[in-house]
Amino acid sequence: MPNGTPQTFMDKVQALDRRVVFLFIALAVAIPLLFNVVFSEQVSPIVGSIFERVDNLPEGSKVLLSFDYSPSTVPEIQPMVDATIRHAATKNLDIYIMALWPTGQNIADETIHRILEPEFPDYQYGEDYVNIGYKSGNQGLINVILTDLKKMYTTDVRGTAIDSIPMMASIRNLRNFDMILAFGGGFPGVKEWVLFAGDPGNVPVAGGVTAVSAPLLYPYYPSQLLGLMGGIKGAAEYEAELMRRYPRFETATTPGLDMMGPQAVAHIVIMLFIVIGNVAYFATRKKQTTGRGA
Amino acid sequence: MNLRPSTILVLVVSAILFVLSANSYGFALTLAAFFTLGIFSFLYKDNPMYKFCEAVFVGISAGYWFVSLYYQNLLAKLIDPLVADPVGSGAIPYYVVAILGIMMLMRLVPSIGWISRWPLSVIVGATAGLWFITYLQSNAMLQLQNTIMPIQEYAADGSLNWYQSIGNLTVMIGTITGVIYFFFSKEHKGAFGTSAKVGIWFLMITFGASFGYTVMSRMSLLIGRMDFLFGDWLQLIL
Repeated sequence: MPNGTPQTFMDKVQALDRRVVFLFIALAVAIPLLFNVVFSEQVSPIVGSIFERVDNLPEGSKVLLSFDYSPSTVPEIQPMVDATIRHAATKNLDIYIMALWPTGQNIADETIHRILEPEFPDYQYGEDYVNIGYKSGNQGLINVILTDLKKMYTTDVRGTAIDSIPMMASIRNLRNFDMILAFGGGFPGVKEWVLFAGDPGNVPVAGGVTAVSAPLLYPYYPSQLLGLMGGIKGAAEYEAELMRRYPRFETATTPGLDMMGPQAVAHIVIMLFIVIGNVAYFATRKKQTTGRGA
Repeated sequence: MNLRPSTILVLVVSAILFVLSANSYGFALTLAAFFTLGIFSFLYKDNPMYKFCEAVFVGISAGYWFVSLYYQNLLAKLIDPLVADPVGSGAIPYYVVAILGIMMLMRLVPSIGWISRWPLSVIVGATAGLWFITYLQSNAMLQLQNTIMPIQEYAADGSLNWYQSIGNLTVMIGTITGVIYFFFSKEHKGAFGTSAKVGIWFLMITFGASFGYTVMSRMSLLIGRMDFLFGDWLQLIL
């Protein structure tokens, strides 16, 4: 374009102000949210394998939940945590909660107050669930507690001596757990649980991660990683399966499913813009090539 | 300070809206909403409100992590054990670690910054030792083992499981051709070059899928914020 100003429609499309795109994305998210657009979800094998494993664990099995994320990734990870903790409590599993991130400890406390205490009033702290909290050390912590958990954890988050908590009596190290469920938003996270606990300790590890991290963990599935919930899609699938198998949760909050509606619409808008952008690019390039040849 | 009339108008309207919102929905919720909208204002263009919100966020994050690291690491793992037993034989490792930590801080002084190379070498060596066996086992040997899969996989009733068989073949071809692409000691010509080109396609499709996941991740965060604004703050979502 000799004078720099758009000439044809395609030129105008190529020169579109990015704020117009932002506006379309905002509307693509806001409208489905306001009108509660929800799509049905079918569980995929990679998420279903986690669900089946938790569902088939006998009553009283020991499940370790690791809260390895911060408030910045709560929208993606919290829905899968809520669904998993509901599932584990429904199956009367012994839930052990810890965190590799300091922010994880606070989020775990909030999750207990919001989900476990009101929805499962029969669940007793110290007998059915315990929160041993955060300890620094990242993968080094996992390395130590693989052989001796009480070397690092002498009290729980409430300051109670670990040896006086009934459900900690049978726990010496990570190998005593029937399953480890790690919810990670970065480093340390699910990968470190696989590398330092799952593989050397032969403990089944499954996890939920942000969608950004999910592709990096697919190579570990299914041999080294039992299953993986990737982002809000994974959370939505787990919630859908939980509602399908346990109708009591049909009235429970389902943030994963609620967020997939705007997610799907926004993705369609993005794809449309990609197509339009590419069509405009090739059209203007063809015009320039034709113009040079003439 | 010489403010334009439009700026003054925006500030006054924002203040009025803030007070009205705080009265209706609570101060904390309103504050969170205003910070969210302040950050979003960058999408229109850079402005002082965005700069203020960004500075507050960075400051609070830095402060939080500083306090957390001090109480969880420095105090709990170094100061408290030394205070409890400063002269016992068990105190020696703590003194060594404390000295290494101080040596690391020498990086801030250019003339003696070379001292920090010693604790850095301890960290690098320890990390390498910790990760070496783990990576070799989990990321190399087990990954190699998991790539060895049957090309023909059969279902329980004896019929060929086409889905799994094609999947296994795809993984095998993708892994081999992807690795071939990264072998630069031989020129990519002939059959070797064709394999490398196939590997490039696998890599590009993988990157595309990974990008799609990244988009989903960022969208989720946006949806989370919009859910907060419309649901928790304005209570428009039932």
